[in-house]
Amino acid sequence: MTTTTTPRPTTPETGVATLLDFRDVALRFPNGTVALEGVDLTVDRGEFVTVVGPSGCGKSTLLRIASGLEAATTGTAEVDTDRIGYVFQDATLLPWRSVGRNVELLAELNGVPKGDRRRKAAESIDLVGLSGFEDSLPGQLSGGMKMRASLARSLTLEPELFLFDEPFGALDEITRERLNDELLRLFVEKSFAGLFITHSVSEAVYLSTRVVVMSGRPGHVVGEFAVPFPMPRDPDVRFTPEFAELVGEVSHALREGHR
Amino acid sequence: MAIDTRVTTAEPSTAPRAQPRLGGPRAPRRALSPRAARTRDVVLPIVVFVALVGVGYLVALYYDQVRGLPFLVPYPHLVVHAMLLDADFRPDLLEALGNTTLIAVIGLGIAIVIGVAWAVLMVQARWIESALFPYAVVLQCIPILALVPLIGSLFGYEMPSRIIVTVMFALFPMVSNTLFGLQSVDRGQRELFQLQGASRLTLLTKLRFPAALPSLFIGLRNSAGLSVIGAIVADQFFQRGDGGLGVLISVMNQRLNGAEMFAAIVVASVLGVVVFVAFGWLARLATGKWFTAN
Repeated sequence: MTTTTTPRPTTPETGVATLLDFRDVALRFPNGTVALEGVDLTVDRGEFVTVVGPSGCGKSTLLRIASGLEAATTGTAEVDTDRIGYVFQDATLLPWRSVGRNVELLAELNGVPKGDRRRKAAESIDLVGLSGFEDSLPGQLSGGMKMRASLARSLTLEPELFLFDEPFGALDEITRERLNDELLRLFVEKSFAGLFITHSVSEAVYLSTRVVVMSGRPGHVVGEFAVPFPMPRDPDVRFTPEFAELVGEVSHALREGHR
Repeated sequence: MAIDTRVTTAEPSTAPRAQPRLGGPRAPRRALSPRAARTRDVVLPIVVFVALVGVGYLVALYYDQVRGLPFLVPYPHLVVHAMLLDADFRPDLLEALGNTTLIAVIGLGIAIVIGVAWAVLMVQARWIESALFPYAVVLQCIPILALVPLIGSLFGYEMPSRIIVTVMFALFPMVSNTLFGLQSVDRGQRELFQLQGASRLTLLTKLRFPAALPSLFIGLRNSAGLSVIGAIVADQFFQRGDGGLGVLISVMNQRLNGAEMFAAIVVASVLGVVVFVAFGWLARLATGKWFTAN
Protein backbone atom coordinates (compact mmCIF):
# COMPACT_ATOMS: atom_id res chain seq x y z
CA MET A 1 0.00 0.00 0.00
CA THR A 2 1.52 3.29 -1.02
CA THR A 3 0.19 6.61 0.14
CA THR A 4 2.57 8.46 -2.10
CA THR A 5 1.29 11.74 -3.42
CA THR A 6 4.40 12.68 -5.37
CA PRO A 7 7.16 10.33 -6.49
CA ARG A 8 10.18 10.94 -4.34
CA PRO A 9 13.75 10.25 -5.41
CA THR A 10 15.53 7.50 -3.51
CA THR A 11 19.20 7.94 -2.94
CA PRO A 12 20.90 4.66 -3.71
CA GLU A 13 24.24 6.43 -4.22
CA THR A 14 24.43 7.33 -0.53
CA GLY A 15 23.16 3.90 0.47
CA VAL A 16 20.28 5.41 2.44
CA ALA A 17 16.73 4.80 1.32
CA THR A 18 13.95 6.51 3.13
CA LEU A 19 10.98 4.18 3.60
CA LEU A 20 8.66 6.64 5.26
CA ASP A 21 8.73 10.38 4.76
CA PHE A 22 6.20 12.69 6.41
CA ARG A 23 6.46 16.39 5.59
CA ASP A 24 4.37 18.98 7.38
CA VAL A 25 1.64 16.42 7.93
CA ALA A 26 -1.55 17.59 9.60
CA LEU A 27 -4.71 15.68 10.29
CA ARG A 28 -7.98 17.28 11.22
CA PHE A 29 -10.95 15.05 11.99
CA PRO A 30 -14.38 15.98 10.61
CA ASN A 31 -15.49 17.00 14.10
CA GLY A 32 -12.79 19.69 14.13
CA THR A 33 -10.30 17.93 16.41
CA VAL A 34 -6.76 18.52 15.22
CA ALA A 35 -4.83 15.31 15.86
CA LEU A 36 -1.54 16.24 14.20
CA GLU A 37 -0.02 19.47 13.05
CA GLY A 38 3.18 20.14 11.11
CA VAL A 39 4.72 16.72 11.67
CA ASP A 40 8.00 15.97 9.95
CA LEU A 41 9.14 12.39 10.36
CA THR A 42 11.33 9.99 8.41
CA VAL A 43 12.17 6.34 8.81
CA ASP A 44 15.10 5.01 6.81
CA ARG A 45 15.94 1.41 6.04
CA GLY A 46 17.78 -0.10 8.95
CA GLU A 47 16.26 2.30 11.42
CA PHE A 48 14.05 1.53 14.38
CA VAL A 49 12.28 4.75 15.26
CA THR A 50 10.22 5.03 18.41
CA VAL A 51 7.69 7.77 19.00
CA VAL A 52 6.93 8.71 22.60
CA GLY A 53 4.32 11.20 23.65
CA PRO A 54 1.49 11.75 26.09
CA SER A 55 -1.80 9.92 25.63
CA GLY A 56 -4.00 11.38 22.94
CA CYS A 57 -1.18 13.22 21.15
CA GLY A 58 -1.89 11.50 17.85
CA LYS A 59 0.97 8.99 17.98
CA SER A 60 -1.25 6.19 16.77
CA THR A 61 -2.65 8.46 14.08
CA LEU A 62 0.84 8.56 12.57
CA LEU A 63 0.68 4.82 12.02
CA ARG A 64 -2.83 5.04 10.67
CA ILE A 65 -1.65 7.54 8.07
CA ALA A 66 1.47 5.50 7.27
CA SER A 67 -0.63 2.38 6.67
CA GLY A 68 -3.29 4.20 4.65
CA LEU A 69 -6.10 3.74 7.19
CA GLU A 70 -6.31 7.54 7.39
CA ALA A 71 -5.25 10.22 4.94
CA ALA A 72 -3.35 13.36 5.93
CA THR A 73 -5.45 16.52 5.66
CA THR A 74 -2.46 18.58 4.53
CA GLY A 75 1.22 17.86 3.89
CA THR A 76 2.72 14.85 2.17
CA ALA A 77 2.94 11.37 3.60
CA GLU A 78 5.04 9.04 1.49
CA VAL A 79 5.64 5.38 2.13
CA ASP A 80 8.03 3.68 -0.22
CA THR A 81 7.01 0.05 0.19
CA ASP A 82 3.99 -2.22 -0.20
CA ARG A 83 5.11 -4.57 2.50
CA ILE A 84 3.86 -3.01 5.70
CA GLY A 85 3.37 -4.94 8.91
CA TYR A 86 0.98 -3.46 11.44
CA VAL A 87 0.81 -4.71 15.01
CA PHE A 88 -2.18 -3.31 16.86
CA GLN A 89 -2.53 -2.43 20.52
CA ASP A 90 -4.66 -5.55 20.98
CA ALA A 91 -3.60 -8.85 19.51
CA THR A 92 -6.80 -8.76 17.35
CA LEU A 93 -6.72 -12.54 16.88
CA LEU A 94 -9.89 -14.19 15.62
CA PRO A 95 -11.06 -16.26 18.59
CA TRP A 96 -12.57 -19.07 16.48
CA ARG A 97 -9.32 -19.71 14.61
CA SER A 98 -6.40 -21.67 16.00
CA VAL A 99 -3.06 -19.90 16.37
CA GLY A 100 -1.86 -21.48 13.14
CA ARG A 101 -4.92 -20.40 11.18
CA ASN A 102 -4.71 -16.90 12.69
CA VAL A 103 -1.11 -16.53 11.58
CA GLU A 104 -2.11 -17.71 8.10
CA LEU A 105 -4.88 -15.14 7.83
CA LEU A 106 -3.07 -12.29 6.06
CA ALA A 107 -1.57 -14.58 3.45
CA GLU A 108 -5.01 -16.12 3.01
CA LEU A 109 -6.55 -12.68 2.43
CA ASN A 110 -3.83 -11.97 -0.12
CA GLY A 111 -4.70 -15.14 -2.02
CA VAL A 112 -1.54 -17.10 -1.23
CA PRO A 113 -2.08 -20.83 -1.95
CA LYS A 114 -2.68 -23.06 1.03
CA GLY A 115 0.65 -24.90 1.03
CA ASP A 116 2.71 -21.69 0.80
CA ARG A 117 0.83 -19.95 3.54
CA ARG A 118 1.05 -22.98 5.82
CA ARG A 119 4.81 -22.96 5.38
CA LYS A 120 5.07 -19.21 5.95
CA ALA A 121 2.91 -19.45 9.05
CA ALA A 122 5.00 -22.30 10.46
CA GLU A 123 8.18 -20.27 9.93
CA SER A 124 6.75 -17.20 11.61
CA ILE A 125 5.36 -19.19 14.52
CA ASP A 126 8.79 -20.68 15.02
CA LEU A 127 10.40 -17.21 14.89
CA VAL A 128 8.26 -15.91 17.75
CA GLY A 129 8.69 -19.06 19.82
CA LEU A 130 5.14 -20.38 19.61
CA SER A 131 5.94 -23.77 18.09
CA GLY A 132 3.70 -26.41 19.59
CA PHE A 133 0.81 -23.98 20.05
CA GLU A 134 -0.40 -24.02 16.42
CA ASP A 135 -3.63 -25.79 17.35
CA SER A 136 -4.40 -23.76 20.48
CA LEU A 137 -7.25 -21.29 20.40
CA PRO A 138 -6.45 -17.66 21.32
CA GLY A 139 -8.69 -17.92 24.38
CA GLN A 140 -6.31 -20.50 25.81
CA LEU A 141 -3.24 -18.23 25.52
CA SER A 142 -1.77 -15.69 27.92
CA GLY A 143 -1.53 -12.02 26.92
CA GLY A 144 2.12 -12.35 25.99
CA MET A 145 1.51 -15.41 23.84
CA LYS A 146 -1.36 -13.67 22.06
CA MET A 147 0.97 -10.81 21.23
CA ARG A 148 3.54 -13.28 19.90
CA ALA A 149 0.88 -14.77 17.65
CA SER A 150 -0.03 -11.28 16.48
CA LEU A 151 3.65 -10.58 15.69
CA ALA A 152 3.94 -13.87 13.82
CA ARG A 153 0.88 -12.97 11.76
CA SER A 154 2.50 -9.71 10.58
CA LEU A 155 5.83 -11.45 9.97
CA THR A 156 4.20 -13.62 7.28
CA LEU A 157 4.01 -10.46 5.15
CA GLU A 158 7.82 -10.17 5.32
CA PRO A 159 7.39 -6.47 5.99
CA GLU A 160 9.96 -3.88 5.00
CA LEU A 161 8.28 -1.37 7.27
CA PHE A 162 6.91 -2.60 10.56
CA LEU A 163 4.42 -0.41 12.44
CA PHE A 164 3.83 -1.08 16.15
CA ASP A 165 1.02 0.64 18.01
CA GLU A 166 1.89 0.23 21.71
CA PRO A 167 1.81 -3.53 21.29
CA PHE A 168 3.17 -4.38 24.74
CA GLY A 169 1.36 -1.70 26.73
CA ALA A 170 -1.07 -4.13 28.35
CA LEU A 171 1.54 -6.71 29.37
CA ASP A 172 3.28 -7.15 32.69
CA GLU A 173 6.83 -5.86 33.06
CA ILE A 174 8.62 -9.20 32.77
CA THR A 175 6.69 -10.32 29.68
CA ARG A 176 7.19 -6.93 28.16
CA GLU A 177 10.96 -7.00 28.63
CA ARG A 178 11.18 -10.45 27.15
CA LEU A 179 9.14 -9.42 24.12
CA ASN A 180 11.31 -6.31 23.73
CA ASP A 181 14.36 -8.56 23.47
CA GLU A 182 12.64 -10.81 20.97
CA LEU A 183 11.61 -7.82 18.89
CA LEU A 184 15.22 -6.59 18.82
CA ARG A 185 16.37 -10.03 17.73
CA LEU A 186 13.80 -10.05 14.91
CA PHE A 187 14.87 -6.53 13.91
CA VAL A 188 18.49 -7.68 13.55
CA GLU A 189 17.55 -10.98 11.88
CA LYS A 190 14.88 -9.71 9.47
CA SER A 191 16.26 -6.20 8.90
CA PHE A 192 12.94 -4.42 8.60
CA ALA A 193 12.56 -0.77 9.45
CA GLY A 194 10.47 -0.13 12.55
CA LEU A 195 8.16 2.63 13.66
CA PHE A 196 7.15 1.93 17.23
CA ILE A 197 4.67 3.86 19.37
CA THR A 198 4.90 3.74 23.15
CA HIS A 199 4.52 5.90 26.20
CA SER A 200 7.31 4.15 28.07
CA VAL A 201 10.51 6.16 27.73
CA SER A 202 12.84 3.33 28.78
CA GLU A 203 11.19 0.95 26.31
CA ALA A 204 11.64 3.61 23.63
CA VAL A 205 15.33 4.09 24.33
CA TYR A 206 16.03 0.38 24.68
CA LEU A 207 14.35 -0.63 21.43
CA SER A 208 15.26 2.06 18.99
CA THR A 209 18.00 3.64 16.97
CA ARG A 210 16.21 6.97 17.21
CA VAL A 211 13.59 8.35 19.61
CA VAL A 212 11.10 10.99 18.49
CA VAL A 213 9.28 12.99 21.16
CA MET A 214 5.83 14.39 20.48
CA SER A 215 3.88 17.07 22.29
CA GLY A 216 0.30 16.94 23.49
CA ARG A 217 -2.58 17.62 21.12
CA PRO A 218 -2.32 18.81 18.44
CA GLY A 219 0.65 16.47 18.18
CA HIS A 220 3.88 17.66 16.67
CA VAL A 221 7.52 16.65 17.00
CA VAL A 222 9.33 18.46 19.79
CA GLY A 223 12.59 16.55 19.94
CA GLU A 224 14.66 13.77 18.40
CA PHE A 225 17.38 11.70 20.04
CA ALA A 226 19.80 9.31 18.35
CA VAL A 227 20.37 6.18 20.44
CA PRO A 228 24.08 5.33 20.24
CA PHE A 229 24.03 1.80 21.66
CA PRO A 230 24.98 -0.86 19.08
CA MET A 231 22.78 -3.62 17.73
CA PRO A 232 22.38 -6.48 18.64
CA ARG A 233 21.69 -4.77 21.91
CA ASP A 234 22.95 -6.08 25.22
CA PRO A 235 20.04 -6.29 27.71
CA ASP A 236 22.38 -4.98 30.39
CA VAL A 237 22.73 -1.70 28.51
CA ARG A 238 19.64 -0.70 30.48
CA PHE A 239 21.68 -0.55 33.65
CA THR A 240 24.45 1.74 32.35
CA PRO A 241 24.73 5.43 33.29
CA GLU A 242 24.63 6.40 29.60
CA PHE A 243 21.26 4.70 29.22
CA ALA A 244 19.91 6.39 32.33
CA GLU A 245 21.14 9.74 31.09
CA LEU A 246 19.44 9.36 27.71
CA VAL A 247 16.20 8.25 29.38
CA GLY A 248 16.46 11.37 31.53
CA GLU A 249 16.92 13.63 28.50
CA VAL A 250 13.98 12.10 26.64
CA SER A 251 11.76 12.33 29.73
CA HIS A 252 12.77 15.94 30.12
CA ALA A 253 11.86 16.74 26.50
CA LEU A 254 8.55 14.93 27.01
CA ARG A 255 7.74 17.05 30.06
CA GLU A 256 8.74 20.26 28.26
CA GLY A 257 6.55 19.38 25.28
CA HIS A 258 3.63 18.53 27.51
CA ARG A 259 3.49 21.95 29.14
CA MET B 1 15.79 -20.17 17.99
CA ALA B 2 18.23 -18.06 19.89
CA ILE B 3 15.78 -16.94 22.50
CA ASP B 4 14.67 -18.99 25.43
CA THR B 5 10.93 -19.48 25.25
CA ARG B 6 10.60 -22.18 27.83
CA VAL B 7 9.24 -19.92 30.50
CA THR B 8 6.47 -18.79 28.22
CA THR B 9 5.57 -22.23 27.05
CA ALA B 10 5.33 -23.35 30.65
CA GLU B 11 2.42 -21.01 31.23
CA PRO B 12 -0.79 -22.94 31.82
CA SER B 13 -2.74 -23.13 28.62
CA THR B 14 -6.08 -23.84 30.23
CA ALA B 15 -7.46 -22.96 33.61
CA PRO B 16 -7.89 -26.04 35.77
CA ARG B 17 -11.48 -26.89 36.60
CA ALA B 18 -11.34 -27.90 40.19
CA GLN B 19 -14.89 -27.16 41.22
CA PRO B 20 -17.87 -29.39 40.60
CA ARG B 21 -19.73 -28.31 37.51
CA LEU B 22 -22.87 -27.03 39.18
CA GLY B 23 -21.82 -26.01 42.63
CA GLY B 24 -24.27 -23.13 42.93
CA PRO B 25 -23.29 -19.58 43.77
CA ARG B 26 -22.64 -20.22 47.46
CA ALA B 27 -19.76 -22.35 48.64
CA PRO B 28 -21.21 -25.73 49.61
CA ARG B 29 -20.85 -26.54 53.29
CA ARG B 30 -19.16 -29.78 52.45
CA ALA B 31 -17.77 -30.39 49.02
CA LEU B 32 -19.74 -32.94 47.01
CA SER B 33 -17.88 -35.17 44.63
CA PRO B 34 -18.77 -34.35 41.01
CA ARG B 35 -20.68 -37.59 40.82
CA ALA B 36 -22.73 -36.86 43.92
CA ALA B 37 -23.41 -33.36 42.56
CA ARG B 38 -24.67 -34.87 39.32
CA THR B 39 -26.89 -37.30 41.18
CA ARG B 40 -28.32 -34.41 43.20
CA ASP B 41 -28.99 -32.43 40.00
CA VAL B 42 -31.01 -35.34 38.63
CA VAL B 43 -32.77 -36.41 41.81
CA LEU B 44 -34.01 -33.05 43.08
CA PRO B 45 -36.00 -32.10 39.95
CA ILE B 46 -37.62 -35.56 40.07
CA VAL B 47 -38.67 -34.96 43.69
CA VAL B 48 -40.23 -31.65 42.64
CA PHE B 49 -41.98 -33.39 39.72
CA VAL B 50 -43.49 -36.02 42.01
CA ALA B 51 -44.66 -33.27 44.38
CA LEU B 52 -46.30 -31.40 41.48
CA VAL B 53 -48.08 -34.55 40.32
CA GLY B 54 -49.33 -34.94 43.89
CA VAL B 55 -50.70 -31.42 43.87
CA GLY B 56 -52.30 -32.23 40.49
CA TYR B 57 -54.14 -35.16 42.07
CA LEU B 58 -55.35 -32.99 44.95
CA VAL B 59 -56.69 -30.31 42.59
CA ALA B 60 -58.29 -32.95 40.35
CA LEU B 61 -59.85 -34.55 43.43
CA TYR B 62 -61.30 -31.19 44.41
CA TYR B 63 -62.85 -30.58 40.98
CA ASP B 64 -64.15 -34.13 40.80
CA GLN B 65 -65.60 -34.53 44.30
CA VAL B 66 -66.38 -31.01 45.52
CA ARG B 67 -67.19 -29.07 42.34
CA GLY B 68 -68.53 -31.98 40.33
CA LEU B 69 -66.67 -30.83 37.18
CA PRO B 70 -64.11 -33.63 36.60
CA PHE B 71 -63.41 -32.60 32.96
CA LEU B 72 -62.02 -29.19 34.00
CA VAL B 73 -58.98 -30.64 35.78
CA PRO B 74 -58.58 -34.35 34.97
CA TYR B 75 -56.59 -36.79 37.09
CA PRO B 76 -52.94 -36.97 35.92
CA HIS B 77 -53.13 -40.69 35.09
CA LEU B 78 -56.03 -39.98 32.73
CA VAL B 79 -53.89 -37.38 30.96
CA VAL B 80 -51.04 -39.86 30.63
CA HIS B 81 -53.46 -42.41 29.30
CA ALA B 82 -54.83 -39.99 26.70
CA MET B 83 -51.36 -39.00 25.69
CA LEU B 84 -49.71 -42.41 25.40
CA LEU B 85 -52.21 -45.26 25.59
CA ASP B 86 -55.45 -44.12 23.97
CA ALA B 87 -55.50 -45.76 20.54
CA ASP B 88 -58.55 -43.74 19.43
CA PHE B 89 -57.02 -40.39 20.30
CA ARG B 90 -53.45 -41.13 19.21
CA PRO B 91 -53.90 -40.51 15.43
CA ASP B 92 -55.44 -37.09 16.15
CA LEU B 93 -52.67 -36.17 18.54
CA LEU B 94 -49.87 -37.30 16.22
CA GLU B 95 -51.40 -35.57 13.23
CA ALA B 96 -51.76 -32.34 15.20
CA LEU B 97 -48.19 -32.63 16.47
CA GLY B 98 -46.96 -33.23 12.92
CA ASN B 99 -48.87 -30.24 11.55
CA THR B 100 -47.66 -27.92 14.31
CA THR B 101 -44.05 -29.08 13.87
CA LEU B 102 -44.30 -28.56 10.12
CA ILE B 103 -45.68 -25.02 10.49
CA ALA B 104 -43.07 -24.18 13.14
CA VAL B 105 -40.20 -25.51 11.01
CA ILE B 106 -41.33 -23.72 7.84
CA GLY B 107 -41.96 -20.51 9.78
CA LEU B 108 -38.62 -20.73 11.53
CA GLY B 109 -36.83 -21.40 8.25
CA ILE B 110 -38.39 -18.33 6.65
CA ALA B 111 -37.61 -16.26 9.76
CA ILE B 112 -33.96 -17.37 9.65
CA VAL B 113 -33.57 -16.45 5.97
CA ILE B 114 -35.31 -13.08 6.30
CA GLY B 115 -33.71 -12.29 9.65
CA VAL B 116 -30.12 -13.02 8.60
CA ALA B 117 -30.55 -11.24 5.27
CA TRP B 118 -32.07 -8.23 7.03
CA ALA B 119 -29.21 -8.07 9.54
CA VAL B 120 -26.52 -8.53 6.87
CA LEU B 121 -28.08 -5.72 4.86
CA MET B 122 -28.16 -3.41 7.89
CA VAL B 123 -24.53 -4.01 8.78
CA GLN B 124 -23.40 -2.85 5.32
CA ALA B 125 -23.89 0.83 6.09
CA ARG B 126 -24.92 3.00 8.98
CA TRP B 127 -27.68 4.66 6.94
CA ILE B 128 -29.23 1.32 5.97
CA GLU B 129 -29.35 0.37 9.63
CA SER B 130 -30.97 3.70 10.52
CA ALA B 131 -33.52 3.17 7.77
CA LEU B 132 -34.43 -0.45 8.51
CA PHE B 133 -33.95 -1.18 12.21
CA PRO B 134 -37.03 0.75 13.41
CA TYR B 135 -39.19 -1.62 11.36
CA ALA B 136 -37.77 -4.64 13.16
CA VAL B 137 -38.93 -3.02 16.38
CA VAL B 138 -42.30 -2.10 14.88
CA LEU B 139 -42.75 -5.71 13.81
CA GLN B 140 -42.15 -6.75 17.40
CA CYS B 141 -44.71 -4.25 18.69
CA ILE B 142 -47.63 -5.01 16.37
CA PRO B 143 -50.36 -6.86 18.28
CA ILE B 144 -50.67 -9.82 15.95
CA LEU B 145 -54.27 -10.35 16.99
CA ALA B 146 -55.03 -6.98 15.38
CA LEU B 147 -53.78 -8.32 12.04
CA VAL B 148 -55.81 -11.53 12.11
CA PRO B 149 -58.76 -10.26 10.04
CA LEU B 150 -56.37 -8.71 7.51
CA ILE B 151 -54.16 -11.78 7.18
CA GLY B 152 -57.26 -13.97 7.02
CA SER B 153 -58.90 -12.03 4.21
CA LEU B 154 -55.64 -11.74 2.27
CA PHE B 155 -54.27 -15.26 2.67
CA GLY B 156 -57.20 -17.37 3.85
CA TYR B 157 -57.67 -19.26 7.11
CA GLU B 158 -55.38 -22.20 6.43
CA MET B 159 -51.69 -23.00 6.36
CA PRO B 160 -50.29 -19.88 4.61
CA SER B 161 -51.76 -17.60 7.25
CA ARG B 162 -50.47 -19.82 10.07
CA ILE B 163 -46.99 -19.65 8.58
CA ILE B 164 -47.17 -15.87 8.30
CA VAL B 165 -48.11 -15.54 11.97
CA THR B 166 -45.34 -17.96 12.96
CA VAL B 167 -42.79 -15.91 11.00
CA MET B 168 -43.99 -12.72 12.69
CA PHE B 169 -43.48 -14.34 16.07
CA ALA B 170 -40.04 -15.73 15.29
CA LEU B 171 -38.46 -12.97 13.20
CA PHE B 172 -37.38 -10.32 15.69
CA PRO B 173 -34.87 -12.34 17.77
CA MET B 174 -33.22 -13.48 14.54
CA VAL B 175 -32.83 -9.93 13.24
CA SER B 176 -31.66 -8.33 16.47
CA ASN B 177 -29.30 -11.08 17.62
CA THR B 178 -27.73 -11.54 14.20
CA LEU B 179 -27.23 -7.79 13.88
CA PHE B 180 -25.69 -7.61 17.34
CA GLY B 181 -23.35 -10.48 16.47
CA LEU B 182 -22.29 -8.99 13.14
CA GLN B 183 -21.50 -5.72 14.92
CA SER B 184 -19.51 -7.43 17.68
CA VAL B 185 -16.39 -7.32 15.50
CA ASP B 186 -13.97 -4.74 16.91
CA ARG B 187 -12.29 -1.98 14.98
CA GLY B 188 -8.83 -3.54 15.06
CA GLN B 189 -10.08 -6.79 13.55
CA ARG B 190 -11.91 -4.88 10.84
CA GLU B 191 -8.87 -2.78 10.01
CA LEU B 192 -6.71 -5.88 9.86
CA PHE B 193 -8.88 -6.99 6.93
CA GLN B 194 -9.01 -3.51 5.47
CA LEU B 195 -5.20 -3.29 5.39
CA GLN B 196 -5.09 -6.38 3.19
CA GLY B 197 -7.65 -4.85 0.86
CA ALA B 198 -10.31 -7.43 1.74
CA SER B 199 -13.67 -7.08 -0.04
CA ARG B 200 -17.00 -6.67 1.74
CA LEU B 201 -17.82 -10.26 0.96
CA THR B 202 -14.54 -11.51 2.45
CA LEU B 203 -15.11 -9.34 5.51
CA LEU B 204 -18.56 -10.86 5.87
CA THR B 205 -17.62 -14.49 5.37
CA LYS B 206 -14.27 -14.59 7.17
CA LEU B 207 -14.86 -12.08 9.96
CA ARG B 208 -18.36 -10.83 10.62
CA PHE B 209 -20.23 -14.07 10.13
CA PRO B 210 -18.03 -16.31 12.29
CA ALA B 211 -17.97 -13.58 14.96
CA ALA B 212 -21.77 -13.44 14.85
CA LEU B 213 -22.31 -17.19 15.33
CA PRO B 214 -22.69 -17.33 19.13
CA SER B 215 -25.16 -14.49 19.10
CA LEU B 216 -26.90 -15.85 16.02
CA PHE B 217 -27.46 -19.15 17.81
CA ILE B 218 -28.94 -17.38 20.83
CA GLY B 219 -31.35 -15.74 18.41
CA LEU B 220 -32.01 -19.07 16.74
CA ARG B 221 -32.82 -20.73 20.04
CA ASN B 222 -35.26 -17.98 21.02
CA SER B 223 -36.81 -17.90 17.56
CA ALA B 224 -37.23 -21.68 17.56
CA GLY B 225 -39.12 -21.52 20.85
CA LEU B 226 -41.24 -18.66 19.53
CA SER B 227 -41.99 -20.48 16.29
CA VAL B 228 -43.62 -23.31 18.27
CA ILE B 229 -45.63 -20.76 20.24
CA GLY B 230 -46.47 -18.94 17.02
CA ALA B 231 -47.65 -22.12 15.30
CA ILE B 232 -49.97 -22.98 18.20
CA VAL B 233 -51.30 -19.44 18.57
CA ALA B 234 -51.89 -19.27 14.81
CA ASP B 235 -54.02 -22.40 15.13
CA GLN B 236 -56.37 -20.52 17.43
CA PHE B 237 -56.88 -17.81 14.80
CA PHE B 238 -56.91 -19.85 11.62
CA GLN B 239 -58.70 -23.13 12.28
CA ARG B 240 -59.44 -24.37 8.76
CA GLY B 241 -57.49 -27.07 6.95
CA ASP B 242 -55.15 -29.48 8.70
CA GLY B 243 -55.15 -28.24 12.27
CA GLY B 244 -52.26 -28.47 14.68
CA LEU B 245 -52.07 -28.77 18.45
CA GLY B 246 -53.74 -25.39 18.93
CA VAL B 247 -56.82 -26.54 17.01
CA LEU B 248 -56.84 -29.83 18.89
CA ILE B 249 -56.71 -28.01 22.23
CA SER B 250 -59.66 -25.80 21.20
CA VAL B 251 -61.73 -28.69 19.93
CA MET B 252 -61.11 -30.86 22.99
CA ASN B 253 -61.94 -27.90 25.21
CA GLN B 254 -65.25 -27.38 23.43
CA ARG B 255 -66.09 -31.05 23.74
CA LEU B 256 -65.22 -31.02 27.47
CA ASN B 257 -62.64 -33.76 26.86
CA GLY B 258 -60.40 -32.63 29.72
CA ALA B 259 -57.85 -35.45 29.62
CA GLU B 260 -57.36 -35.14 25.84
CA MET B 261 -57.05 -31.36 26.08
CA PHE B 262 -54.40 -31.62 28.81
CA ALA B 263 -52.59 -34.29 26.80
CA ALA B 264 -52.38 -31.90 23.84
CA ILE B 265 -51.15 -29.10 26.12
CA VAL B 266 -48.43 -31.33 27.56
CA VAL B 267 -47.33 -32.45 24.09
CA ALA B 268 -47.17 -28.80 22.96
CA SER B 269 -45.04 -27.95 25.99
CA VAL B 270 -42.73 -30.89 25.40
CA LEU B 271 -42.32 -29.82 21.77
CA GLY B 272 -41.32 -26.33 22.93
CA VAL B 273 -38.79 -27.70 25.42
CA VAL B 274 -37.33 -30.16 22.91
CA VAL B 275 -36.84 -27.41 20.32
CA PHE B 276 -35.22 -25.10 22.89
CA VAL B 277 -32.84 -27.78 24.16
CA ALA B 278 -32.00 -29.00 20.66
CA PHE B 279 -30.98 -25.56 19.44
CA GLY B 280 -29.00 -24.89 22.62
CA TRP B 281 -27.11 -28.10 21.98
CA LEU B 282 -26.57 -27.16 18.34
CA ALA B 283 -25.19 -23.77 19.41
CA ARG B 284 -22.67 -25.35 21.76
CA LEU B 285 -21.66 -27.74 19.03
CA ALA B 286 -21.03 -24.93 16.56
CA THR B 287 -19.32 -22.34 18.75
CA GLY B 288 -18.85 -23.69 22.26
CA LYS B 289 -15.20 -24.50 21.91
CA TRP B 290 -13.97 -20.98 21.21
CA PHE B 291 -16.83 -19.05 22.74
CA THR B 292 -16.44 -20.52 26.21
CA ALA B 293 -12.65 -20.35 25.96
CA ASN B 294 -12.88 -16.56 26.05
